[in-house]
Amino acid sequence: MATHRRIDVSKLGDVTIVRFLDKKILDEAGILELGAELFGLVELENRKSLLLNFAGVEFLSSAALGKLITLDRKVKSNKGRMKMSNIRPEILEVFQITKLNKIFDIRKDEAEAISAFA
Amino acid sequence: MPHRKPPTDQPAQQSEPRDAAEWRRELKLPSERGASRLITEDLLEQLGVHGWSPSDIFAIHLAAEEAIVNAIVHGNKLDPGKVVQVACVVSPTVARIEVADEGSGFDPSSVPDCRLEDRLDAPNGRGVMLMRTFMTRVEYNASGNRVLMEKQRPPAEG
Repeated sequence: MATHRRIDVSKLGDVTIVRFLDKKILDEAGILELGAELFGLVELENRKSLLLNFAGVEFLSSAALGKLITLDRKVKSNKGRMKMSNIRPEILEVFQITKLNKIFDIRKDEAEAISAFA
Repeated sequence: MPHRKPPTDQPAQQSEPRDAAEWRRELKLPSERGASRLITEDLLEQLGVHGWSPSDIFAIHLAAEEAIVNAIVHGNKLDPGKVVQVACVVSPTVARIEVADEGSGFDPSSVPDCRLEDRLDAPNGRGVMLMRTFMTRVEYNASGNRVLMEKQRPPAEG
């Protein structure tokens, strides 16, 4: 399994749970690394059910949004599913303003997201 | 017997009282990825000192980050010979951030609306829109290489 510096990866049944190790996802070098680690889950490890748990994430920039959008595309083209959970209100507002809540499947918490994969 | 240095050697912003009505800072940033942190850390601290709410601080932080990254990456194109000038003013009622780069500028009205159905999954083009949404006022100069952003807070808020 790949070594990750920006994310923590675990499995619950068929669902791969991703947690972010950075509280603020804004440093561009870090975002590039984050993107590569996330894409690897789909492209190298062929993981079909991804849950991104944003607990502890306080800030993310539009460059990070770009990586999430690209990840979502890769998951969908790999016939997988991606959900997000535990997003704090300020970041949720960013998703709403940019209307990304229309393309992302956003759930309140991890339990709700896990059961939505069933 | 040696004497301690008098406190006059300290930078001005440290000797100001914490309830100062207004904080000002001007800085030239190198055109490097990650350089925004040279100003945003102090900016965030000062917004807190001046009583801005966590959600306002998030909004101003996001706008500042997007403007500075745009200036460094798209404006100066990471050219080490160019700098990004940032000027900030924070008071209990106004947060103002001005960001100027040495690039040729751009037409902010030419950035497509990322909320359009066929643009929703485009990975880029959200920064300017987030700046406009989160700040009270966002104005570009004619050539598009300088942006002035302001967020106002009613004094009697809360």
